[in-house]
Amino acid sequence: MILMALFKTKQAVKYDKKHLLGIQGLSIPEIVHILNESESFVKLNRKDNKKLDLLKGKTQINLFFESSTRTLSSFELAGKRLGADVMNMNVSNSAIKKGETLIDTAMTLNAMHPDILVIRHGDSGAANLLSRKVNCSVINAGDGWREHPTQALLDAMTIKMNRGKIEGLKIAICGDIMHSRVARSNIYLLTMMGAEVRVIAPSTMMPKDISKFGVKVHTNMENGLKDVDIIMMLRMQLERMDGSYIPSTREYYEFFALDYKKIKYAKDNALIMHPGPMNRGIEIDATLADDINRSIIVQQVEMGVAVRMACLKILMESQL
Amino acid sequence: MFKNFDGESVMKSAIINARIIDTKNNIDELGGVLINEKGFIDACGKKITKDNVGDTKVYDCKNKLLIPGIVDARVFAGEPGFEYKENYRTLSQAAISGGVTSVVTMPNTNPIIDNVSTFDFIKRRARDKSLIKIYSLASLTKNIEGNEITEFGLLKLNGAVGFTDGIKCVQKNDVMDKIFNYGKNQDALIIQFPQDNELSKNGVINQSLISTKLGLKGIPEYAESLVIERDLRLLSQYHSKYHISLLSSRKSLEIIKYWKNKNLNFTSGVSINHLSLNENDIGEFKTFLKLSPPLREDQDRMELIKGVRDGVIDIIVSDHKPEDEESKRLTFDKCNAGASGVETFLSLALEQYHNGNLDLKKIVKCITENPAKIFGINAGSLDVGLPADITVLDLDKPWVVKRENLKSKSKNTAIENKKLQGKVEKTFLNGKLVFEI
Repeated sequence: MILMALFKTKQAVKYDKKHLLGIQGLSIPEIVHILNESESFVKLNRKDNKKLDLLKGKTQINLFFESSTRTLSSFELAGKRLGADVMNMNVSNSAIKKGETLIDTAMTLNAMHPDILVIRHGDSGAANLLSRKVNCSVINAGDGWREHPTQALLDAMTIKMNRGKIEGLKIAICGDIMHSRVARSNIYLLTMMGAEVRVIAPSTMMPKDISKFGVKVHTNMENGLKDVDIIMMLRMQLERMDGSYIPSTREYYEFFALDYKKIKYAKDNALIMHPGPMNRGIEIDATLADDINRSIIVQQVEMGVAVRMACLKILMESQL
Repeated sequence: MFKNFDGESVMKSAIINARIIDTKNNIDELGGVLINEKGFIDACGKKITKDNVGDTKVYDCKNKLLIPGIVDARVFAGEPGFEYKENYRTLSQAAISGGVTSVVTMPNTNPIIDNVSTFDFIKRRARDKSLIKIYSLASLTKNIEGNEITEFGLLKLNGAVGFTDGIKCVQKNDVMDKIFNYGKNQDALIIQFPQDNELSKNGVINQSLISTKLGLKGIPEYAESLVIERDLRLLSQYHSKYHISLLSSRKSLEIIKYWKNKNLNFTSGVSINHLSLNENDIGEFKTFLKLSPPLREDQDRMELIKGVRDGVIDIIVSDHKPEDEESKRLTFDKCNAGASGVETFLSLALEQYHNGNLDLKKIVKCITENPAKIFGINAGSLDVGLPADITVLDLDKPWVVKRENLKSKSKNTAIENKKLQGKVEKTFLNGKLVFEI
């Protein structure tokens, strides 16, 4: 209830942090503030003229050490719609391959006076390391298995748009929890906002002591999905399907993929989410993923741009 | 004036008025040490006073503690191949400022010390460049690949005090079986770094809530205890000389106790880091606290301290592993493991005395008498006739660890800004005062 009140009063909550490195470290009012800001950008993005000049004259560098389509294009579009000069660093062609370290790259970019660095890196803590070495704001667009804060924010935004609230909802996160930064960020955010969060995975894909994060742990879809409002499916990394974590994709599909049979365990109106890109026929039934009555996966992408615009704006304001 | 065996002049001298602890000779009393003109200990104990030392150079060490020079049994020296991280000269300076006069060095150099000619090379280098006494280990297997055993006999004849793959663990049961079996012939000291490769693959931190939170691949404790269990079972077939280099988990201690109760003889060590720090100290990806084996839970740390107290663990080492900036200024996944620690070794160990966890004599025993005994080193006590390697310290002196004050070539201390109590004031090596503040 208090949360609802926070959402309604659009009072100015000051976000005074320089960076956005993870959901850990954010407060509830800060999250609410970002979500409230995002809402106005959702409306803007649906208009003919989507361009603002809030970030005019600012330089945003997207430094992606891991390949990405949707997150990179989402950040690029968000920056451009706010009027920033956006540059994407294609790391596969850069000096990193010649042995330059992350910090050297950071120092080189820093000398070009960017205002915002958006970084994705395969190592946990890479964004934290970078943020200590550069003068500008750093947004973590995914680091190793640790955090992907804008994904969790856009997921929260999507849930809020569909259900009007987060508090009190039962939300199941299913799949490779151990190797998932999306799962971690979502667990932090959703539990903080008062949802009941469950994680469902084979125990070989469950990280140690995950229950201490305030989630319920299930290794069986029937129990885990019982009465849930939202089902978040995670992407299954194909390289983990070779017998080291689970015996086969066939077995995984039978027991852990979301299909029309298993979705019946959830509430009748339960919604399906997925951070993408999807492996149809591995973690999710191909038809179910496109079921407009159930799937809000496309909406997640739409919210992504709005949430990232809000994050960029808020970080720039905190620099004033 | 006489010349000692280094060809340097030494005067007959005496250290007096100190509290002397020599665990081997069961001494804990106020007194002094008389050093002859050759740099050897002539006499020691309460009988040595100002009045009976005659015409000698006298060091009055009132209110100070005097112990045998420390024997640090796990040190990475950097020569050959990693001279940019540490060389014998910088290591010596770091060591004597920490009261360490003898070190046992690891074979994890480039090339690996796995044959007589490389061993001979480092022996000569150490003789020419090192101030402190270097006792080198050779590897257990060729190129530390865990497949073929090295020439234990020849290497031992050349001066190798033991055999270990250092930062790697011999995985194959068959190879380990041969090592124990053949090692028995040569009476070789077999030293294992206990960690299963597969269970620890890509792991960089303890597997726990912390690894889940930081999103890092964890190393479960059983990666260690599994190897110890296997080794001890094999050892019980051969009764060779066996030492476990580093322990990090409380579960390993249970296994060790079980086999000790079966009258199996072996020894084990722990690094001072694992007695002083736990996984929480890693905070937000502090790469200087990435260690191997990883820091574990505080409960493990407390049990390891208890293990030292009860004599289940025999020695404490610094596990001095100098790493240059470039090897540490990386993400936690990519950076090298290890911390520089030889010069803060004693002071950090004394923390366990000041906080009441360990008694002083136990600490001294674990860093002097016991390592000297295990590695067969002619040091670690104040026996008459031994070279006078002596450390004098102010037990209570407070100080703060600062990277910039470290003498080691690499500054990767795991305890930057830590407030410590107790500092070395004088170090004697072969009777000569080599360090003083």
